Amino acid sequence: MLPIVLLAPLVAAIVAGFGRDALGATVAKAVTTLTVIGCALLSWILFAAQVDAPVHETVKLMDWFTSGDLNVAWSIRFDTLTAVMLVVVTSVAALVHLYSWGYMAEDPDQPRFFAYLSLFTFAMLALVTADNLVQLFFGWEGVGLASYLLIGFWYYKPSANAAAIKAFVVNRVGDFGFALGIFGAYLLFGTVQITPILAQAAAMHGTTIMFLGAPVDALTCVCLLLFLGACGKSAQLGLHTWLPDAMEGPTPVSALIHAATMVTAGVFLVCRMSPLFEAAPYALTVVTYVGAATALMAATVGTVQTDIKRVIAYSTMSQLGYMFFAAGVSAYGAAMFHLFTHAFFKALLFLGAGSVIHAMHHEQDMKFYGGLRKAIPFTFVVMLIGTLAITGVIPFAGYFSKDATLEAAFARGTEAGYVAFVCGSLAALLTSFYSWRLILLTFAGKPRWAGSENIAHAHGDHGADAHAPAAEGTTDSAHAAVDTHGVPDGTGGYHPHESPPSMLIPLALLALGAVFAGWLGHALFTDPERAARFWNGAIVFAPARYAAIEAVPAWVSMIPTGAWALGLLIALNSYVWNPDIPASFAQTWRGLYQFLVRKWYFDELYDTVFLKPAFAIGRLFWRGDKQAIDAAGADGMAKLVTGASVGARAFQSGYLATYALVMLVGVAAAASWLMFRGI
Amino acid sequence: MSIGLEHYLWVGAILFVLGVSGIMLNRKNVIIILMSIEMILLGVNINLVAFSAFLHDLTGQVLAMFVLTVAAAEAAIGLAILVLYFRNRGTIAVDDVHQMKG
Repeated sequence: MLPIVLLAPLVAAIVAGFGRDALGATVAKAVTTLTVIGCALLSWILFAAQVDAPVHETVKLMDWFTSGDLNVAWSIRFDTLTAVMLVVVTSVAALVHLYSWGYMAEDPDQPRFFAYLSLFTFAMLALVTADNLVQLFFGWEGVGLASYLLIGFWYYKPSANAAAIKAFVVNRVGDFGFALGIFGAYLLFGTVQITPILAQAAAMHGTTIMFLGAPVDALTCVCLLLFLGACGKSAQLGLHTWLPDAMEGPTPVSALIHAATMVTAGVFLVCRMSPLFEAAPYALTVVTYVGAATALMAATVGTVQTDIKRVIAYSTMSQLGYMFFAAGVSAYGAAMFHLFTHAFFKALLFLGAGSVIHAMHHEQDMKFYGGLRKAIPFTFVVMLIGTLAITGVIPFAGYFSKDATLEAAFARGTEAGYVAFVCGSLAALLTSFYSWRLILLTFAGKPRWAGSENIAHAHGDHGADAHAPAAEGTTDSAHAAVDTHGVPDGTGGYHPHESPPSMLIPLALLALGAVFAGWLGHALFTDPERAARFWNGAIVFAPARYAAIEAVPAWVSMIPTGAWALGLLIALNSYVWNPDIPASFAQTWRGLYQFLVRKWYFDELYDTVFLKPAFAIGRLFWRGDKQAIDAAGADGMAKLVTGASVGARAFQSGYLATYALVMLVGVAAAASWLMFRGI
Repeated sequence: MSIGLEHYLWVGAILFVLGVSGIMLNRKNVIIILMSIEMILLGVNINLVAFSAFLHDLTGQVLAMFVLTVAAAEAAIGLAILVLYFRNRGTIAVDDVHQMKG
């Protein structure tokens, strides 16, 4: 069953990708969608069996390569950690496939899209089922490739191309660290198999290697390098700049790759290697600080973004920060729990945002939303559920998992733990604020659609469309433009429409997950006794630490609830009761506001520190290339040949006498040479 | 002064050089080129016969007879081509014959 789950999406991707002309769009879409839905069902069966009786098995598929002592095989490692990831990946992938039927209905290139989605699913499954670090790296790069292809899916948009390249290049930095980490692990342990590495990790504690003439702790070094890879993939502070830009891709892609699955690969990696990280406490501290800083930083930026997808992207970054600091304080169960619930409610929020964007004719700016609750009530309800889940309202999913991460940080008792707790609490407040801001700007208040160019286009493009109202259905675009200004209620004469069932069913299912995942899962993932049995050694699980989490003071467990309530109040105050507050805030605190709008100037910083010097070096070498290598090499050769041929052409005058002379001179030269050679 | 090998070789060389110069310096007439070729061949023939007599080897004289035969045939074909060329082009001036320029 495991190999089927792993390989079926690959087969589907190949069939849909290469057979799209032979099969037609509908068949290609159906093949991929049904395959992934089947995988999801199988995964749930496997997961259910794992909940009953946790097993730990390895299925070897085939040898990959052998070089000296290095043996690498294609194999599947199945334990509880894999089972959890399988369920998350295949479920969200299946729902996103289904959702894309509606969302991408008007795209001319759908088979390619579905093939990429299935390819991504395969790569992600290869990542989470990897039994050795090299196969993990294969999956790691595979999801990176799929991410690149899908961000740049609309390749005719320059911004999408730029975002795709940015995602790829920034990930290269992290992947470089990851690759070095694998080399380091091989150097230390003599193998890339995960099981023996983890088994020997504790014994290797304190080993040092020489680096630049100074001894450094070997495990810390390896862990930090692996964590660098995790930072790149999971968009942690420093390597996060690609994630907001990745929103150029179609919204289902954002939901699948940049919210629920791929970006959590870094968290998965840290949890998978948890015994190794446990043996490197310094690395864990770094993980905690980076996670906490990311959680807070991303949340602050999220509060001022107006693009609905970017708000959710920063929210994703922030939540990933929670997962990392939970892992950093050794609460891997809590980290995986938050990963699990987050996948549901974040995919829900993204797909809900997609539904809004679909309704608003591809307008993504919340400045032009407002009052949508009546037009698209179903989307409104599911988005509300997603928001309740992410802000941590009892008994929605986020309440259990986010509380677990915060309390774990507090209960750890270290300095890093307390810092993470404070950052996380502040981030929870900001999370609540920006999430409710999103809801209020989108669904509450009066329509502000008239200002949107996309909506104005909608009239021109879709004047006779089925979903356009009958009154405007007959007007031409010029008339509609007049309407736009004539209608006083801000709708611009536009009537948003609810999305088709293929989009609403995934939303409904994810909403169920967002409501119940935390409630059903918290005992399984973090209860000291039940979870120890459930994890069965797949991650480091110290029951005493989880018991400490449940014994934190009452005020600590009240903080998340207080944070979401306060955040809601601030959001209501700013966007409903006193709508002029945001503008005056931006006026008063111009510097701070710009700082946040500019995303902490990270892009500008990297532009100055890395891009400009790189361009300068590139230009320098380009000049050298042009003037030295090309001049002497390629261009020089060409010039030589051209010059020689100009000279040779002069010989061909067409006059017989000249030819005869040349022949004579040649014969004379040859004869002379033969004669004088003898002397 | 007796006439030795050297004198024959000088005559052959002079004939050869005259023939070559005739081909090179002649700007007017293709017929002169044909005549010059004949002269080159004659120069060669004189060399052949002179060495043949000097070395008491008849092979050279036999070869000279062959060269004469070939020269006669060549002259006949060359003149035939020349006649056809004149009919086509209306001229046999050497300077106008440069169709071989690519």
